[in-house]
Amino acid sequence: MTATETHRAIEAVWRMESARLIAGLARIVRDVGIAEDLAQDALLAALEQWPESGVPDNPGAWLMTTAKRRSIDQLRRRAMLERKHDQLGHELESLQEAAVPDLDAALDDHIGDDVLRLMFTACHPVLPTEARVALTLRLVAGLTTDQIARAFLVPEPTMAQRIVRAKRTLADAHVPFEVPRGAEFDARLASVLQAIYLVFNEGYSATAGDEWLRPALCEDALRLGRVLTGLVPAEAEAHGLVALMELQASRSAARLAPTGEPVLLLDQDRARWDRLLVTRGLAALERAESLGDPRGPYTLQAAIAACHARARTKEDTDWPRIAGLYQELAELTGSPIVELNRAVALSMAYGPALALELVDSLREEPALRSYHLLPAVRGDLLLRLGRSDEARAELERAASLTRNERERALLLARAATLVPATG
Amino acid sequence: MPKFMMLVKASADTEAGVLPTTEQFAEMGRYNEELVKAGVLLAGDGLHPSRRGARIEFRGNTKTVVDGPFAETKELIAGFWIIQAKSLDEAVEWARRAPNPHFGGDTNIEVRQLYAPEDFGGALTDELREQEESQRARSQAQHGSSHGTTLG
Repeated sequence: MTATETHRAIEAVWRMESARLIAGLARIVRDVGIAEDLAQDALLAALEQWPESGVPDNPGAWLMTTAKRRSIDQLRRRAMLERKHDQLGHELESLQEAAVPDLDAALDDHIGDDVLRLMFTACHPVLPTEARVALTLRLVAGLTTDQIARAFLVPEPTMAQRIVRAKRTLADAHVPFEVPRGAEFDARLASVLQAIYLVFNEGYSATAGDEWLRPALCEDALRLGRVLTGLVPAEAEAHGLVALMELQASRSAARLAPTGEPVLLLDQDRARWDRLLVTRGLAALERAESLGDPRGPYTLQAAIAACHARARTKEDTDWPRIAGLYQELAELTGSPIVELNRAVALSMAYGPALALELVDSLREEPALRSYHLLPAVRGDLLLRLGRSDEARAELERAASLTRNERERALLLARAATLVPATG
Repeated sequence: MPKFMMLVKASADTEAGVLPTTEQFAEMGRYNEELVKAGVLLAGDGLHPSRRGARIEFRGNTKTVVDGPFAETKELIAGFWIIQAKSLDEAVEWARRAPNPHFGGDTNIEVRQLYAPEDFGGALTDELREQEESQRARSQAQHGSSHGTTLG
């Protein structure tokens, strides 16, 4: 292997091993920031030695052993300088007691628990959401700061600061390296799911001109989600989230026109939907539904996505079922946007009149006051009911509310077609 | 999202339908577990011996169905994994960790990237693109552009 090839192999190994490495070290030193530093030291050692010696057969074990050995050296040196013999003794002891990981399957579970602790710690409520996302990508997904910065369209120093601050916040708050119990567990799991889905959406919203790192975020999120379901297999919503992501990801090849613009779901070439991901998504949904009753929000959204995935053509779409799912989702979340989506599904299932009633009831919703899709939907329904003048007014209003240039142009174009011919 | 196929080649044993020992199964099982736990396994299966399969042989315009078994054991496929990885390097790292599929014998695991639709480039002609856009406009007039999660 050339040096470049080895470097690339090391990068791959890092992505595969860093979460387990950091997690295992964090269990010992009880601080994710220190654990990451130790892991980085081991990475540096690998970069120094593997070009010569080759990539070891068990890279994870090599990195863990190296990290521990170096941390003992560091502590020894520091203790000698500070003459804190007692502290040294204690720390050395705890490091040496921690078993060097071998290939034992039982120990694998141990490391698995540590990775779960890492995921949960990175999403601790003391951290702002964007910090949780950054820390998750850095510590659990193994992305570099630069990669995360470019993926989120943020300058690298800004992202670096965000991560440094996050680690300091955790340390200052003495956040324990653990998986909480009971109600705290549920709340924290929700944060973890939220962080993963935020990563996914960031990738999903990437457009054609973006760096390849952005759509790759979908892949990172999917991987994190699958890892999570492996660690908390009894949690329905974890499977629900994975189902939702697999199903949405299944459409990625069909979502962008060659011209680079987004293609609406109903307009997509379904032959370009990835059937492998659809199959996986449906399987994950089945698991979620078998585990949790009533269904949670991610599972419900996945069920809606599944309705589309199962329809070979858009005409085959089970709209009544989708409307029912949106109803369940609306009752769960109280979200007026969900209600708006339900109105669209209702209109597809039962015609525009029924849907218009629901949309009219949403017009006073404060959350939807400046939401361009409300007048857009209303305009479409009015159009289908033959009320062209009102439809045009609504479409123009929608155009004025949207900040998306292309969307505005489309809405205005549609409104223009409704201007009655003179004479 | 790059996907890679890892191809397992046949052996005299696999062609004879000789199943792995319990210990060998366990070893392979542990590897599969690793792939699942890492969230990278998308699919994977073993194939029955070629004597239970067939080939469609094409010679110019003619097609002939030929029943197995087939001769070139070393290059016959006996199984595969499909994994998700960022790069060939990562896929190769995963393949490196697989146990020897021939449990001590000589063989290889071949790692190949799957074509993705985006690899086929913008093959739309101007006419098709125009047609697509007018279709979209008509369809939006019918259905509206407001489906939250239906937005694509």
